[in-house]
Amino acid sequence: MRARRLRASLKGWGGVAAMTVVCALVAVFALCLPLPGAHDGGAAGTVDGRAVTQATRTTAVTAEEDCEAPEKQTLPPSSADGDTIKAIKNRKSEKRKLIVGVDQNSYRWGYRDPNSGKTAELEGFDIDLVHRIAQDILGDPKAVQFKAIPTDQRIPAIKDGRVDMVVRTMTINCDRIKDVAFSAPYFKTGQQVLVPKSSPITGYDDTLAGRRICTAAGSTAYSTLEADKKDGELPGSTDISGTVPNQLDCLVRLQLGEADAVVTDGALAASQAAQDPTVQLKGEAFTAEYYGVAMKKDADDLVRRVNQILVDYRQDTEKGWQASYEQWLSATLGKDAKKSEPPAPQYLRTT
Amino acid sequence: MTHLPTSSTPPTPDPDPGLSTLPAVPAQPAQPPQTQTPHGPPEPQHRRTAFAEGFDQLRAAATTEPGRLRIIGAVLALLVVAFGAVTAWQMTERATAADDVLTSSQPLSSDAADIYRSLADANTAASSGFLAGGQETATSRDRYEKNIRTAAEKLVNAAASSDPDSPSAATIAKLNRLLPEYKGLVERARTYNRQGFPVGGAYLRYANEKMQQQMLPAAEDLYKKENQRLRADYADATPYPWAAIALGVAALAALAWAQHRNYQRTNRVLNHGLVAATATATVVLLWLVIGHSVARAGLNDSYDHGVRSLNVLHDARIASLKARGNENLTLVARGAETKKVGDETYDAYDYDFRTDMNDLGKYLAEAGKLADDTSGERPVSAAVGNMTEWKKRHGAAREQDENGNYQRALDMVIGTKNATGECFDSVDENLRTALAHEETEFKHAAGDGRDALTGLSAGAAVLAVLGAAGAVLGIGRRLSEYR
Repeated sequence: MRARRLRASLKGWGGVAAMTVVCALVAVFALCLPLPGAHDGGAAGTVDGRAVTQATRTTAVTAEEDCEAPEKQTLPPSSADGDTIKAIKNRKSEKRKLIVGVDQNSYRWGYRDPNSGKTAELEGFDIDLVHRIAQDILGDPKAVQFKAIPTDQRIPAIKDGRVDMVVRTMTINCDRIKDVAFSAPYFKTGQQVLVPKSSPITGYDDTLAGRRICTAAGSTAYSTLEADKKDGELPGSTDISGTVPNQLDCLVRLQLGEADAVVTDGALAASQAAQDPTVQLKGEAFTAEYYGVAMKKDADDLVRRVNQILVDYRQDTEKGWQASYEQWLSATLGKDAKKSEPPAPQYLRTT
Repeated sequence: MTHLPTSSTPPTPDPDPGLSTLPAVPAQPAQPPQTQTPHGPPEPQHRRTAFAEGFDQLRAAATTEPGRLRIIGAVLALLVVAFGAVTAWQMTERATAADDVLTSSQPLSSDAADIYRSLADANTAASSGFLAGGQETATSRDRYEKNIRTAAEKLVNAAASSDPDSPSAATIAKLNRLLPEYKGLVERARTYNRQGFPVGGAYLRYANEKMQQQMLPAAEDLYKKENQRLRADYADATPYPWAAIALGVAALAALAWAQHRNYQRTNRVLNHGLVAATATATVVLLWLVIGHSVARAGLNDSYDHGVRSLNVLHDARIASLKARGNENLTLVARGAETKKVGDETYDAYDYDFRTDMNDLGKYLAEAGKLADDTSGERPVSAAVGNMTEWKKRHGAAREQDENGNYQRALDMVIGTKNATGECFDSVDENLRTALAHEETEFKHAAGDGRDALTGLSAGAAVLAVLGAAGAVLGIGRRLSEYR
């Protein structure tokens, strides 16, 4: 309950929760303050300070406090070419492509339509954004090499340099911003429960007791469940050990009766429900999450560039964010794009 | 108190057992008085065992020539009969094992290899269908269906010939349970693919996982078990029947000695009965040694040129199937899985593909060495050529994929023209031809081996009885001279 209350407090209710936040913030300050002094560079100081506070945290609650609003921790937009972008542009002939990690299993986000004829083109909301980025950086929307990446391989793929960026319904969160740099958010969603229509489960509550929940390995859904189970938010008898490489594999397990419920982002859960009329979303979203484009930690120029592209993309009414939403997502998430639209971006990352 | 009367009864019918046997012994000493000590007077003894009595009788008999002749006759007859019996027994065992090699364990080992092959091929066909996107072609669907049918048929065969409660039977039961599960998953994948939902791909991945992690290991296990059984049958069929040979030599030596003794005593060269016995024993011994040597040679030949070739070819075929499966999965996974070897990071499926291709090369080289005629060598060297071309085309396809030209890479792997699929099909076809050839060779050699043992058991038994009769008659002839 504490995690939820905390989030609620950010919106302005719950005096006790607000007190907790204040106390925690004081603790964070106490931990952060000495560090910039210890290091010369303020940049390293803040990063290290965060790492230290995270190492000392004991519960999920402190994680929330330690990095407040991770979706705002990004760099201001800019169209200037830096080292990273130059390296991409300097790729020779056939290899002059943007290498992007995507999903090929998320219906209407990044997938292959088996009936699209002989082509093996990936398509969807994420894929549209990838083409837009390639168009802007390399001048050709098709100059992309797609790599399909399982959920738990997204961060290793970026760190190992196997991809330039990951555009794959990836939630911006505190754990991840330690390892990779995110763009400003381009989509808003929240974790939701997906169950068969006939199921007695009513949502993210005590009816999950003794049930088997399927999540993707390395997903925010899994880490949320893990933390909530530790906190007692989730009944202790709930089995969350069933993890799969991709969220869509959960629908398979659900249909085969090997899992009783699926927890994933509402946006993806809606895609699953669109493929099977006998399952549905139950209860409201119990977290607020933002999808961002993930890049290498030190690729500052690329982060700024992507943020600039996102600004343009959202303003572009003809072929931008709105058009892509209408083409791919209005069928599963509803005509009203407002609730999926992220708030106006803030660029609080200074280093 | 009541014990006394009953316990006192037995002693009465015990006058003296020594006396009752004694009259039988002196009845013999009639004519040839030779160096023999007069029999001592029997001491009235206690009750003696039947064996001791028999031994005494024998010793008494050995003091006279007819008695000795009787003993010799009995021993000769016994030796010849024993020789025949042991020969019949040992050769029945070997003939059964040889027959099992030909008609049961080798076909089963081939069946097990076929089960593995059909399952792996069905899985590859299913994943190719997915890769092709849209609706799979009739060819790939047919291929899948045919392989599933073959696997089901061979499983029934294997089940029929496995002992209940054996580990093989358990493995077969497991495969029988998994096959419909697998098929169900693939059918669901097809249905969803038709509706244009990516969950079809997820079902296919799940089916692939079931195949790779449960079914193929079980099939491989079955193949290994059947091969063990084949080797065990060979081990039962080929060892020399030393007991029978030793008995045969002993019988012939005894017959020779008896005739030599006869000659020394009577100056008569031939005793028809003993000669007949010697002849039959010699025939049985020769038949045994030659028949078994021929059978052994045939069976060994069938192993060296049949089974070993077949095993290597089966292994090669399985390696090529695995390679093809991994080649497809490289494209299905699209770089999703990597593997670190040393400092280098490879695509996991492409790495496995290269390992499988190396295995294929090794097995093909070995098969080429084992092939002992041109019609066996030709398909193998053709397969080597296909493999080389396959590697070349694969390299080109990988390059396209590395450059981000996924569609072109796909065309180069599952396309209709100049794709690696063609090379794989040619390798498979050539290996099939080579397997058929080696199978014929095996059947030929093993059949020759088994046929060399035909009638040996029965013949040995009949001849031994005749030989024993001859020995008895021959001795009887001499014995009658004492009447």
